[in-house]
Amino acid sequence: MPNHTIADILRGLEAKTFSSEEITQQYLNAINKHDINYNSFITVTAEQALAQARAADTARQNGSAAPLCGVPIAHKDIFCTEGVRTSCASKMLDNFIAPYNATVVERLATAGVVTLGKTNLDEFAMGSSNETSYYGPVRNPWNTDCVPGGSSGGSAAAIAAGLAPAATGTDTGGSIRQPAALCGLTGLKPTYGRVSRYGMIAFASSLDQGGPMAKTAEDNALLLQAMAGFDHRDSTSMDLAVPDFRAGLNKDLSGLKIGVPKEYFSEGLDPEIASAIEASLNEYRKMGAEIKSISLPHTHLAVPCYYIIAPAEASANLSRFDGVRYGYRCENPKDLDDLYCRSRAEGFGEEVKRRILIGTYALSSGFYDAYYRKAQQIRRLIKQDFDEAFKSVDIIAGPTTPNPAFALGEKVSDPLTMYLEDIYTIAVNLAGLPAISLPAGFTKGKPIGLQLIGRDFDETTLLAAAHQYQQRSDWHQQAAPGSV
Amino acid sequence: MSLDQNDIAKLARLARINVAETDTAELSQRIGDILNMVDAMQAVDTANVVPMANPHDATQRLRADEVNEINQREHFQKIAPQTADGLYLVPQVIE
Repeated sequence: MPNHTIADILRGLEAKTFSSEEITQQYLNAINKHDINYNSFITVTAEQALAQARAADTARQNGSAAPLCGVPIAHKDIFCTEGVRTSCASKMLDNFIAPYNATVVERLATAGVVTLGKTNLDEFAMGSSNETSYYGPVRNPWNTDCVPGGSSGGSAAAIAAGLAPAATGTDTGGSIRQPAALCGLTGLKPTYGRVSRYGMIAFASSLDQGGPMAKTAEDNALLLQAMAGFDHRDSTSMDLAVPDFRAGLNKDLSGLKIGVPKEYFSEGLDPEIASAIEASLNEYRKMGAEIKSISLPHTHLAVPCYYIIAPAEASANLSRFDGVRYGYRCENPKDLDDLYCRSRAEGFGEEVKRRILIGTYALSSGFYDAYYRKAQQIRRLIKQDFDEAFKSVDIIAGPTTPNPAFALGEKVSDPLTMYLEDIYTIAVNLAGLPAISLPAGFTKGKPIGLQLIGRDFDETTLLAAAHQYQQRSDWHQQAAPGSV
Repeated sequence: MSLDQNDIAKLARLARINVAETDTAELSQRIGDILNMVDAMQAVDTANVVPMANPHDATQRLRADEVNEINQREHFQKIAPQTADGLYLVPQVIE
């Protein structure tokens, strides 16, 4: 079972090579034995997983198998799971047993998946290294002295280590694509509004989007199919038809116009990553694509713009954690104000508090126009850059990150350099566009990610472009040294 | 842009997060660094740019004003720190 994809597992289940119970038990054994090296899971739901697997086996015997019937996966611990702790990697929610399921969890359950457990992340998804988790950092299976990226670092490490074939993630500024890149995986941030955010703990509501993480583009298509679609419980969900993503994987790409932004190959990009991306663009040329140089002139403003908008929205969203209705409450509050101020001071970690304070500043009287309004205006300029580019190209390609996985602890004391690791991913969230990261090589034994950015709601072209590259390359089939 | 001790105290108050005095200096340094970084935005003339709140410029969808959820108070209050008679308990507010 090691290194299995969802597609492999489905074939094995259909051919009765193994049962869902057997493969689920194998993954649970692997987690039990090896996750001590990675810390990729916060909660393992072994009993429930085995019960779900047995039910899936029965459904398959009865001829009533849903599309992903019996496939074990993991959920990022930001998605509410009824009856199971949903911690968001925060002390604030260490005791929070979700009273309902996120739509993504519900939809995947309807599609037949088995849930192995809940994966680690940066606290409230605020980070790019998975070092801000209350449950400790996650280690990268390719090099356990390095970070797996973040914030969906637990999902990424679990898949790369062979402890789950796939997992859910969320992406506010790169939190699916960056860990996918750093761990040698394929991860898709869908278009804003494609996947319901109901029951996904909110960080920055105008940017957050849930999506799949797996080894291949094909598996991403299978998962997205189950996750996507309109949900009346999420007011930002878009009421649009969901295409057949798997059927679209082999769509004809000859004549595809790929734009390469010159700003994505400037100072700060690791030269070996630059060469790997050039080499992958050459493959696309051979596949009949046309490569064009383009410009996204406001690229340098994406990080500044994001570090106002995301904290501002976070400061509003996280005001719900007040020690009254659920979550952490401080001991012996002397009055209501003390209850609020101390519960929040004790329940949130340092990075989360810092971002709440920045957001509070940006929204406070006298500074709103200079910061929040200004950032929203810059955001439109960034979106217009993409609109302009998509008049002449079908997709945009470049590196996912400027550097490969960095050492644990290396950037903790300097958040600004950490923020710059997201320079190529952040603009995509500001513009609401879909984007995928896929493996495109290695540098010094660490994976390199190629990012493809698409037009609004055109995940199909991204998945097809990634899938067809994966038919001609084997970067995505490489296994991390310690993986099982 | 730098923030002094009073600025941090005011922000902490607005955000309802206690900040220890010993943490103020480091916090003001780190928040100051971020504000300096975001200052790059000020160099751009955005006089005629309409602010963007939603990437699709979508507005809130409204639904018919009908009851469509059942009351689950007991279910939701099971995870509350302290409740009594269906109410959330907090320290006394009024003498």
